[in-house]
Amino acid sequence: MEILLFDKIFLIVIVFSVSLVIALYSTLAERKVSAFLQDRIGPNRAGVFGLLQPVADGVKFFFKEDIIPTHADKALYILGPSISMITALMTSAVIPWGTYMTFSGRQVSMQIADINIGILYVFAVVSIGVYGIMIGGWGSNNKFSLLGALRASSQMISYEIAMGLSIISIVMMTGSMSLGEIVSQQHGMNWNIFYQPIGFLIFCTCAFAECNRTPFDLPECEAELVGGYHTEYSSMKLGLYLFSEYINIFISSAIMSAMFFGGYNFPFMDMIASPNMVSIIGVFAFFAKIIFFIFFFMWVRWTIPRFRYDQLMKLGWKYLIPLALANIVITGVVMLIFNK
Amino acid sequence: MQLLTNRSKVVVNKKMTLMEKLYIPAIFGGMMITIKHLFRKKVTIQYPEQTREFSKVYRGKHILKRDEQGRENCTACGLCAVSCPAEAITMVAAERKKGEEHLYREEKYASTYEINMLRCIFCGLCEEACPKDAIYLTEELMPANYDRSNFIYGKDKLVQPLGTSAHPKTYKPYKK
Repeated sequence: MEILLFDKIFLIVIVFSVSLVIALYSTLAERKVSAFLQDRIGPNRAGVFGLLQPVADGVKFFFKEDIIPTHADKALYILGPSISMITALMTSAVIPWGTYMTFSGRQVSMQIADINIGILYVFAVVSIGVYGIMIGGWGSNNKFSLLGALRASSQMISYEIAMGLSIISIVMMTGSMSLGEIVSQQHGMNWNIFYQPIGFLIFCTCAFAECNRTPFDLPECEAELVGGYHTEYSSMKLGLYLFSEYINIFISSAIMSAMFFGGYNFPFMDMIASPNMVSIIGVFAFFAKIIFFIFFFMWVRWTIPRFRYDQLMKLGWKYLIPLALANIVITGVVMLIFNK
Repeated sequence: MQLLTNRSKVVVNKKMTLMEKLYIPAIFGGMMITIKHLFRKKVTIQYPEQTREFSKVYRGKHILKRDEQGRENCTACGLCAVSCPAEAITMVAAERKKGEEHLYREEKYASTYEINMLRCIFCGLCEEACPKDAIYLTEELMPANYDRSNFIYGKDKLVQPLGTSAHPKTYKPYKK
């Protein structure tokens, strides 16, 4: 199979714009979901059902005055949100959006880069995302920003461990770190969630913590830390921070669906003869799963209150990491017994 | 201490059981509650297009009624001013002259009638005290103003405009 540069560039542009659009409309969905869960209606003045609300918000962000505090480290201050945004967008490179499409005898992969350490790449990029928050908080030269950044980064680093450990059992089962391989092994209804429910629970909890979402949204805290690491930010720099959070949610949802819920696989996919048709339906199935998980993120956010900071650390280090380790051991034992 | 209601619960600072420590059943229960609200009827009233309906006994701005022939009902007896707990009402009585029969129903009328809307508590006692069916509290809201002196409403603002009937929006007696 030959790989054409044009295909890849085309795919990159599509994935880039799709993740931006989904993140854009996540902001509206968040407000709509929160409103509906609280028996309200939500934004409905800008366009039908408020569909132009994200556009209005974006325009507002761009036209606001962009303030760089006098005492801030200018270079780091600008670097912070850029790193956050870039790392958030980079992760989507290894996600397999579908199988293959065949155009006039040429097979085109629906994955930008099927690297053999796909999941490791995701973790590496997500870890760089912590720098975005840390640098932004440090560069603001404000005690609230610094404390917020400290909180955010210690939380993200702690939960990264449990997250990585929860993935190891999947890697053990699959025998591969490539996301493409992991997804293609969950053919049909053979999804990993049925083998690794505990792993999913740990991964899901850690994904919430990684995205700084409720119940782990401690970096932002009006009572103690004002706005947390983005206290000093304004205009589109603040927009980038907030926006990268939504892209992270989208990417986490995509990875959760790919790792545990079969990605583009859907039941009875062998009954469709045309491979192109399977691929197209697969993309839709994948996006349906992703959108469900984005909704799930919002659903959880508007249901449960946040943890206290010591509870957060206790949960991460004392419960989730041992649980993930036990999960690895049990997976190994079961694999040995059944000689898989 | 005697309890006023039986709704109070004694809070116990007990250790959490394993099931409670897992959080997951509680979180699941909470999420089931919120998902029910997703499909519930929304309580929002979309204000400029829709307005909340007033209570049937809403007491707003006062009106001094005219009768069917357009004559003022008020005879300046002063019972409303006496009954007013906020002492908001003042009036000056005058005698009806010849040729004014089409303006005032009885021989005596109020030449000035003022209600200080900053003092008024909208209790509706003036309406109850009135023996001549002259003063009522309507559904109209009191508009805001920049000047305190503009809150003293005279006859120009209180008397029912000529040619209007007992319209429910401007005149809605709740006692019969």
